[in-house]
Amino acid sequence: MPFIKTKNSITLALAGNPNAGKTSLFNNLTGSKQHVGNWPGVTVEKKEGSLKHKGIDIKVFDLPGVYSLTAYSMDEIIARDFIISSKPDVVINIVDASNLERNLYLTMQLLEMKVKVVVALNMMDIARSRDYHIDVDELSRLLGVPVVPLVAAHNQGTEDILNAAIAAARSDIKVEGIDLNYGQEAEEEITKLEKAIVTTPVSHLFISRWLALKLLEDDERIIKQFIKIGIAGEEVLRIKDKSLAHLSRVHGKEAGIFITDARYGFIGGLMKDILEKPPTEKKTLSDRIDDVVLNNWLGIPIFAAILFGLFQLTFSLSSPIIDWINSGFSRLSQSTADISPEWLGSLLSDGIIGGLGTVVAFVPVIFLLYLCLSILEYSGYFSRAAFVMDRLMHRIGLHGRSFVPLVLGFGCSVPAIMAARTIDNPRDRLVTILVTPLMSCGARMPVYILLAGAFFSAYQGLVIFSMYVLGITLAILLAWFFRKVIFKGESSHFVMELPPYRLPPVAGIFTYTWQQVRAFLSRAGTIIFLAVVAFWFLNYIGAIEPIGRFISPIFAPAGFGQWQASSALVFGILGKEIVVGAFGTMFGVSEGTLGATIAAQLGWTPLVAFAFMAMSLIYTPCVATLATVKRETGSLKWTGFVIFYTFALAWITAVAIYQIGSLLIS
Amino acid sequence: MIPLSNAKAGKQVKILSIDAGSGLQRRLADMGLTTGLNVKVVGSQRPGSVVLDVRGSRLALGRGISNKILVEPVS
Repeated sequence: MPFIKTKNSITLALAGNPNAGKTSLFNNLTGSKQHVGNWPGVTVEKKEGSLKHKGIDIKVFDLPGVYSLTAYSMDEIIARDFIISSKPDVVINIVDASNLERNLYLTMQLLEMKVKVVVALNMMDIARSRDYHIDVDELSRLLGVPVVPLVAAHNQGTEDILNAAIAAARSDIKVEGIDLNYGQEAEEEITKLEKAIVTTPVSHLFISRWLALKLLEDDERIIKQFIKIGIAGEEVLRIKDKSLAHLSRVHGKEAGIFITDARYGFIGGLMKDILEKPPTEKKTLSDRIDDVVLNNWLGIPIFAAILFGLFQLTFSLSSPIIDWINSGFSRLSQSTADISPEWLGSLLSDGIIGGLGTVVAFVPVIFLLYLCLSILEYSGYFSRAAFVMDRLMHRIGLHGRSFVPLVLGFGCSVPAIMAARTIDNPRDRLVTILVTPLMSCGARMPVYILLAGAFFSAYQGLVIFSMYVLGITLAILLAWFFRKVIFKGESSHFVMELPPYRLPPVAGIFTYTWQQVRAFLSRAGTIIFLAVVAFWFLNYIGAIEPIGRFISPIFAPAGFGQWQASSALVFGILGKEIVVGAFGTMFGVSEGTLGATIAAQLGWTPLVAFAFMAMSLIYTPCVATLATVKRETGSLKWTGFVIFYTFALAWITAVAIYQIGSLLIS
Repeated sequence: MIPLSNAKAGKQVKILSIDAGSGLQRRLADMGLTTGLNVKVVGSQRPGSVVLDVRGSRLALGRGISNKILVEPVS
């Protein structure tokens, strides 16, 4: 990404550990002027934003949250490559003051890269509440870079960090960075390597000492750079191998580990000078909450209770708003029904207003669902949930980490599948991707609300919850099956940081939620709108019925062998909420009376409705999800596999529900 | 010398060895867990799995890995 550097434009990159408050600072800096996309070639979220401060145009890039800058994860590679090749004017390193020692490990690596760094010392309020006394000036002196204390969650210190970053960007002083001394033996090897590196074109890439260190860390990406250039590069790698052998003989451990120890050694010394802690630390509120939440017996019930509460809350709060929206669309649809010519009236009231109305009515649900999910995520509970679920997940051959994408799947399968990137083990990751579409996403909610409302009025909350349980259960069973049959082998170990619990920042939560709702609305405005209009058109010319009739015999054993049901399912592949929109168009009624119309016209019993809900949940995921599966797995074969296995599973489940249910009732 | 999975909550222990592949070892080190370090076992509510205070952060380890880390109690 080339930037034209004029005096009045500056590029900033935000780097920091996960949970250090990067997102809060990014929101404080850029407000609503954000663009969320993907890093080229990969699906790690790329956030950039812009602002104008004192007449200067500032571009801010939010790098992925990382603990280190090795080549072990895609996030780390992206963060590092951005710093190396896009050369931001200043890297703002956001550091958690209440967890300084570990956070400074990344700072050390940034300083070793000799880029302009400004340290944003975040969460000063938490540090203060624990009676930590941090000598900010001394920290700044020892690191050789500006250190600005702030509380990003409360938007305190944003102006200060901005001014410090601008001052740093405009200063001409040579960046000193830090050259950590790794001891005589290692330093000799580093010098040898540097000498060899400067004779090769790879040295143009970055400073040679850093490249030498990366070679000693056996960094795959850097090694590849040397392999690429042929003989000269091979010579460098030969020296590296000799150095590594020598160093591991001298130190008795791998050079990579030795380098890490040296960095922590330096930080440990620095901590003595700048941090005063109370002699006995009181047990934090976070730890006390964890004693309960992570408890062997209570952990899983608490997690289940939280999920249940989340859906009850979402449902009960949104239903009055949904009624209100429905009556509005209903009135609108009546007023357009008589418009002539007749086809136009039908298009407006049955197609556009009927179809879109049923979809728009679910904005409150989507909004509340995302609001609750993001509160859980920000509060720090998600990582506890992953830990609590790890043992169970391990038993089915997956990793506790897989549980986070699965829970995100309650919102939307697309970001959920992307979140599976945090799983290191490729087999675990693939299995997680394959089963994530079984988690009941927000777009299935309209189908549940419609049918549960019409057929299970007194128990609708419970019936909807049962769909979520069904989704989770199938995901777990299938994961176990895939792991036993297709992908045999060890799953990776559970290692995860549990960030301190915190109150989610209101503004950040709403920004995030609004982004999701906007994505849903823009989908409603494009794909769903087009699909609904296309559906109306096919219905109007009478083409839907033959399609439905052709397919419907397949679903007869599940109780919903009517052509309308089959047609709705076919179009539901464009987006699951379209199932509802399609019913609306076919019956020409709006959401308010749609459930009753289905009951009357199709002669469904509650059992059939339940089987149909299960079918809608499980069968072939929407095209957006399939596209994500294709992108993430890079494989048409696995995408095709998802299409067929979910359909087969859905059919079997729906038929089983209907047949077994019929037996029980009679 | 005991595996970390057997360490009691509230105890201070010293990490003696981590028997893992170099990738996992490196990742643990990036998150602050290195050999020779004193850590506090904050919780061990679930059999075998532990929550540690590692350089001020809370690190949760599953049973598989905590079995492979050898520690000794620090008085």
